[in-house]
Amino acid sequence: MIRDSPLASEPLLKLRGVEKHFGPVQALYNVDLDLPAGKVTALVGDNGAGKSVLTKCIAGIYAIDHGQFFWEGHPVQIHSPRDAARLGIETVYQDLALADNLDIVQNMFLGRERLRSGFLNEDDMERAAGQTLANLRVTTVRSIRQPVASLSGGQRQSVAVAKAVMWNSKLVMLDEPTAALGVVQTQMVLDLVRRLRDRGLAVMMISHNLNDVFEVADRIAILHLGRMVAQDRASAFDRQSAVEYMTTGTFGRAAQAGNGKGQHGTS
Amino acid sequence: MARAEAPESRTDPTASAEAAIVVPPEIVAQSLGEWFRAWIARLRAGQSGVLPVVLGLVLISIVFTAISPNNVFLSAGNLVNLFQQSAVFMVLAMAEIFVLLLGEIDLSTGFTAGVGGVIAVQLVQPVTTKWPWWGAIVAALLACALIGALQGTLVTRLRLSSLIVTLAGSLILNGVMLILLGLGPFSGYPSLLGQNPNIVTLYKLMWGTIDPVVGWIGMAAVVVAIALLLWTSDSRRRRSGLVAPPVGLTLIKIGLIAVVGIVVVAICNINRAALGTLEGVPWVIPIVLAILAVWMVLIQRTRFGRYVYAIGGNPEAARRAGVSLATIRTWCFVLCAFTAGIGGLLYASYLGGMSNNFNGGQLVLYAIAAAVIGGTSLFGGRGKMLHGVLGGLVIGGIYNGMYLLAIDVKWQFIVTGLVLLVAVTIDALSRRSATSGSAARV
Repeated sequence: MIRDSPLASEPLLKLRGVEKHFGPVQALYNVDLDLPAGKVTALVGDNGAGKSVLTKCIAGIYAIDHGQFFWEGHPVQIHSPRDAARLGIETVYQDLALADNLDIVQNMFLGRERLRSGFLNEDDMERAAGQTLANLRVTTVRSIRQPVASLSGGQRQSVAVAKAVMWNSKLVMLDEPTAALGVVQTQMVLDLVRRLRDRGLAVMMISHNLNDVFEVADRIAILHLGRMVAQDRASAFDRQSAVEYMTTGTFGRAAQAGNGKGQHGTS
Repeated sequence: MARAEAPESRTDPTASAEAAIVVPPEIVAQSLGEWFRAWIARLRAGQSGVLPVVLGLVLISIVFTAISPNNVFLSAGNLVNLFQQSAVFMVLAMAEIFVLLLGEIDLSTGFTAGVGGVIAVQLVQPVTTKWPWWGAIVAALLACALIGALQGTLVTRLRLSSLIVTLAGSLILNGVMLILLGLGPFSGYPSLLGQNPNIVTLYKLMWGTIDPVVGWIGMAAVVVAIALLLWTSDSRRRRSGLVAPPVGLTLIKIGLIAVVGIVVVAICNINRAALGTLEGVPWVIPIVLAILAVWMVLIQRTRFGRYVYAIGGNPEAARRAGVSLATIRTWCFVLCAFTAGIGGLLYASYLGGMSNNFNGGQLVLYAIAAAVIGGTSLFGGRGKMLHGVLGGLVIGGIYNGMYLLAIDVKWQFIVTGLVLLVAVTIDALSRRSATSGSAARV
């Protein structure tokens, strides 16, 4: 489905022919996907298109039934979240998985606390967390020692993203990062997504919101009923074609162009 | 919003005023004045920390002093007695906090304590088993830890409700305690009265006193050590630009600790005997403080403690972070039962033996009430070991006051129930206001 362009550099993560079924229900059919470094790839599709399943396959939560992953060009197996983390894949789920009663530093280091002679090294962790947040220019929080419960929705999303990129991750997958956010906060999160890209990370953003997608995505991949129906530079789509791909799986006159020529990761 | 005057809120245009309010004052204030303003703002938002407990203590003191015969409530003798009675509630409340932090509950701590107390008292009896005091204590605490491990395993591995498992456990342990009480030639009343050194040592856990001069020196040493620790860590954090309380606040904290230490030792060193001499700090005070210190470090300075809070706040977040929920939860039940065992030893020492009058069902309610009154939430994730000590003092004060007034036991039951009810209502209301606040922020 995707012809590798000799001009394009090897994407960070390449999926080929990925299939996944749950009992008799086929969730993904022969999916190809490229996630290049330094690009934001938007994964869009209607409800039930398989976006979440695909994300969880990459994150190692579901094992794939068929197909292959290539990480920096080399075939890899991802059987567990630990495998994914070892490669440098981090996922920010919609529920963010932050503990409200813990502060920002404690959340960012949850499960990977730094110790000094057996006890928590709070000073060290606070310094490192502060550095990461400053690098991502997440500056609106008043104190990194405030409990996450006291943060706004956009700030929580920022903390969850900062937590994900803290561990030298190379690919960050964001599940609906702007859902339930107001205009200002959405802008704040989209700026953060751009900053991740500028730092050379591969970003995959799952979104329903085409405004956000066209604003921030370099590439767009569209799933329809478990099949990858279109994948190209964002500029190759317009709102109408994207909606039509999402809802019907094809696009009238652009069908040949979309499914044929434009499928490689030239962006 | 009326709270928009909070000076900090302007730094973040996206966060609402409520979001600014719930931040503890010491992490944003640069000066003492700022800290005080932030603290007032937080009080107005209904987030008052330990203030209600302290006010409650003052209120209890005033009321019971006014109505107790000859205003005996605040006399040195009664205050020391109050510390001793409260010690059992404090230790059981600290035990309960381990599981409350997870959002679980242990209704068996009362009878776990009872079983621990009976085991220790039986083992040191010179006419039967003749164990040394330390062996009896170790055996009692290990037995309690085992009880916790069993109940914890049932709760975590079989995913049974902790409420039901420990309710059943409470009933079973009540029976076990009665069986253990019936062993030996003591007709159900093994006692700690006598001259045998092992018996005397157990008896002294509660009734032994420290020489007044040694008491002053020890208190001074502890206060200086805490002051040095606080001062060096706060000033190191201030120097390296990390979040730290203002200098004035550090000094106030140190001052408060010193004042409390001096007052307690001064009261204990007054001769409280009607005839002869009875003075000095009872052993039980340093024992309770040592438990508090060790558990505080465990829960606030170690990975284990961090995971306990994380599980209480958001189990899913903890699970995704790679925390083994079952292991941490089981350990909390073990630590709860172990600590309850210490409470049982203190109880046995206080009564000079064990008997079937031991009311574990009432004790566990006092313990939960103490933890909740102190500020620990029944919903998990919020609470500190210090809450157990402060809440234990409140419960001890009520218990002691009613005893002084010779209030009938039926009224004591009713008052205990009401106190627990008030505590959980406050907990639920404060949680509701917190969640409605966060819903508004999304």
